[in-house]
Amino acid sequence: MPKVSMTVNGKPVTGDVEARTLLVQFLRENLRLTGTHVGCDTSQCGACVIHLDGIAAKSCTLLALQCEGAKITTIEGLAEPGGPLHPMQEAFRENHGLQCGYCTPGMIMAALDIVRRKGNDLDEHTIREQLDGNICRCTGYHNIVKAIAAGAKAMAKGGARQAAE
Amino acid sequence: MSATGIGAAVRRKEDFRFVTGSGQYTDDVVRPGETRAVFVRSPHARAKIKSIDTGAAKKMPGVLAVLTGADLANDKIGNLICGWMIHSKDGSPMKMAPHPALASGTVNHVGDAVAVVVGETLAAARDAAEKVKVDYEVLSAVTDPAKAKSGPQIHDVAPKNTIYEWSLGDAKAVEAAFAAAKHVTRLDIINNRLVPNAIEPRAALAEYDAGTDQLTLWNTTQNPHVSRLVIAAFVGMAPEHKLRVIAPDVGGGFGSKIFIYPEEVVCLWASRKVRRPVKWVAERAESFVTDAHGRDHITHAELALDAHGKILALRARTIANLGAYMSTFSSSVPTYLYGTLLSGQYDIPSIYCEVDAVYTNTVPVDAYRGAGRPEATFVVERLVEVAAREMGLEPAEIRKRNFIKSFPHQTPVIMAYDAGDYHASLKKALELADVKGFNKRRRDAARRGKLRGMGFSTYIEACGLAPSQAVGSLGGGVGLWESAEVRVNPTGSVEVLTGSHAHGQGHETTFAQVVSERLGIPIENVSIVHGDTDKVQFGMGTYGSRSGAVGMTAVVKALDKIEAKAKKVAAHVLEASEGDIEFKDGKFTVAGTDKSAAWGDIALNAYIAHKFSGQELEPGLKETSFYDPTNFTFPAGCHICEVEVDVDTGKTEVVNWTAVDDFGTVINPMIVEGQVHGGIAQGVGQALLEGAIYDKDGQLVTGSLMDYTMPRAHDLPSFHVGLTETKCPSNPLGIKGCGEAGAIAAPAAVINAITDAIGTENLAMPATANAVWTALQSAKPRQAA
Repeated sequence: MPKVSMTVNGKPVTGDVEARTLLVQFLRENLRLTGTHVGCDTSQCGACVIHLDGIAAKSCTLLALQCEGAKITTIEGLAEPGGPLHPMQEAFRENHGLQCGYCTPGMIMAALDIVRRKGNDLDEHTIREQLDGNICRCTGYHNIVKAIAAGAKAMAKGGARQAAE
Repeated sequence: MSATGIGAAVRRKEDFRFVTGSGQYTDDVVRPGETRAVFVRSPHARAKIKSIDTGAAKKMPGVLAVLTGADLANDKIGNLICGWMIHSKDGSPMKMAPHPALASGTVNHVGDAVAVVVGETLAAARDAAEKVKVDYEVLSAVTDPAKAKSGPQIHDVAPKNTIYEWSLGDAKAVEAAFAAAKHVTRLDIINNRLVPNAIEPRAALAEYDAGTDQLTLWNTTQNPHVSRLVIAAFVGMAPEHKLRVIAPDVGGGFGSKIFIYPEEVVCLWASRKVRRPVKWVAERAESFVTDAHGRDHITHAELALDAHGKILALRARTIANLGAYMSTFSSSVPTYLYGTLLSGQYDIPSIYCEVDAVYTNTVPVDAYRGAGRPEATFVVERLVEVAAREMGLEPAEIRKRNFIKSFPHQTPVIMAYDAGDYHASLKKALELADVKGFNKRRRDAARRGKLRGMGFSTYIEACGLAPSQAVGSLGGGVGLWESAEVRVNPTGSVEVLTGSHAHGQGHETTFAQVVSERLGIPIENVSIVHGDTDKVQFGMGTYGSRSGAVGMTAVVKALDKIEAKAKKVAAHVLEASEGDIEFKDGKFTVAGTDKSAAWGDIALNAYIAHKFSGQELEPGLKETSFYDPTNFTFPAGCHICEVEVDVDTGKTEVVNWTAVDDFGTVINPMIVEGQVHGGIAQGVGQALLEGAIYDKDGQLVTGSLMDYTMPRAHDLPSFHVGLTETKCPSNPLGIKGCGEAGAIAAPAAVINAITDAIGTENLAMPATANAVWTALQSAKPRQAA
């Protein structure tokens, strides 16, 4: 089986994978990072969004082997264990931006990418348009939109570190 | 009100694990030696299985077993069942056809499971599944419920594919009322078929321990005990005490995870055969053709009114599509959860409803968020709105003239509404939505080339399911009480074991708020335990907006017993008579003295038992309650939707949404508002975007998220949510329930708004741009006033 190496949440990792192994399978099954979820298999729902070299990507649509040498950040890499939550994680909690929690890791990773591209002062229309790649069935998006606006502001204010790319 | 008690917008205790990616959903659980199951599914809507050749598949590398319906029958694994008996008008029982977990002889819908492959890895199982050769003789199929009775007969037990022909109400009284009516409004309504699409696909992981002959199932279920009961008692997989069902974190349900499905049965059976844990996780395409769908009604509805717009009678004739097999609670949805709500918020003297439930070669249909009540609300609220337009009345005015004003109110369709104030929610909604300013907004929209419309939906639902005796008398095979056990630890912290189950609703927070308020202890000192039949006493689970009204009430009843016992302990500790002990804010005091003991002291004393004789008073502090409600609860409210329709494209934008709901007591307003938001989104999805479409051969055309349109963030506005409150008199907390309201209210509000904008009632859901544009071509848009 081919070998693949990459940096995940700041740590170098290596694994033997079948060529057809998806990045999301490598993360979930080989590395046991189960915060990244699979909701649709067709790149529609965004539950599997991670950051690939600092840019949001759907890990159900990448082969693990495509990510050779890449830097990957998953939801587990946003906050230090035992440390404070990332401001975007905190904003989702504070604004009730989640219910069942299944789409949440992908939402948060996508939200950080919106901040990267559009800045920290986000209006409702921008957030709604930019969230096109993520589906939530529980919240009706109302509180997710609020959470992303608040999280983006908090990231600017607190001198918060961006996702540890 | 304390910062963490009843009524406080406490931030959720469960969120830390979800925002950090450390939730544990079924697919996140891994057992040593775990194998993967992949199902071979029918590509045909209806076919005879002439033969299945598993030889090549069994020879594939990494394959542990390939099993078929014949193996299932050999092992005497029983069929799946529908647990609610409905009788037809003529008294005959519903026609429940056999539903084996793997097809036997025939397949009856695309996606019907034919065989299962168990492999060392998912890839190995998938590769082998492709080698299973099934020789089908394709038969003609029927998918349209309107044509079911004349279509090819699907099951031997059901001539004309008819499951039951049910009726409710007084046909003769209704006929007389229609004969005397000054005005009759008639509508033909299709309540479109929906796919629930919880974002976590269904999954099952089964493990057999040969040493103890014990089976364990991790499963995406809303009701682990019900699942265990059905799999033990009806499917006959194992005795109930030898089967443990665990529902870990569950990623949304909306009804679709109530039911007992073939896949968990097969995983359990296969794990015993291969002596290894067996996991199955649905791909989304599999979810589309196996998760129970929702709605799918065809209705002709009529409303009789007098000259002043007072409703005299309502009549509805409905065909309900239940799909290829009767799912777990399917029979109850278009009957006792539908016909009984046709009175809406209105004082209607006579109602008559006929429902024919039919088999078709489609995925089984069962409860989906609201379950019957959205269909009833759509019928009633479309009729009322159209009647107002036909009679030249304002939509608020016709409602006011017909609202029920005094309670209790007995409707002609079983339900006895206990409390409500429909004028109050309408009035508040009219203000919040600035209905007075609507004509100006309509004129402004016209200048931008947009048609603006406004639609009302003053809905009612019956929740808090349900008094067990009533359920039994209506054919239900279960009781719908709920259980709670409150365990006080020696250090004073509390564990609540509830039979309810959360899959997004936030019970770990709201149930803890109830305990925190009652015992005066910090919310951090309360844990809510659910979703494991080995830990929790039998419980009925979460659906029908029942967890607050029924589940929390069970907690309150157990807390009553805890307080009574703790007072006995306190009497010994404080050397006072039991009658003089008072308990408030976490402190026990002796009336008229300054003697007191803290909650923690009494908890400890209950366990060390040094201050009282163990013969006189049992040590320990743990109590259980099984609470059976005395009535349904009746949440109600008023939703007002404003839309703008693009004249050139037909595209509809929801530009304003006002919801004013009466849920009785609200434990956590933040969570309640979140439930309302989510419900509205699903209702708007039904009205504008979603619809499961079968072609004439029975292929599901909308079989993926690329074809089936789910509401996304830019399809929806932010919502204005308000509350009014009349307490529910039938439970001590006064809770009515909030989980389904939005999905029940929303579709009628949207369609009422669009038809107001475009000036024709001839518009079916989903009102896509194409559908609205087409309707516009034959319509005369109302001019801005």
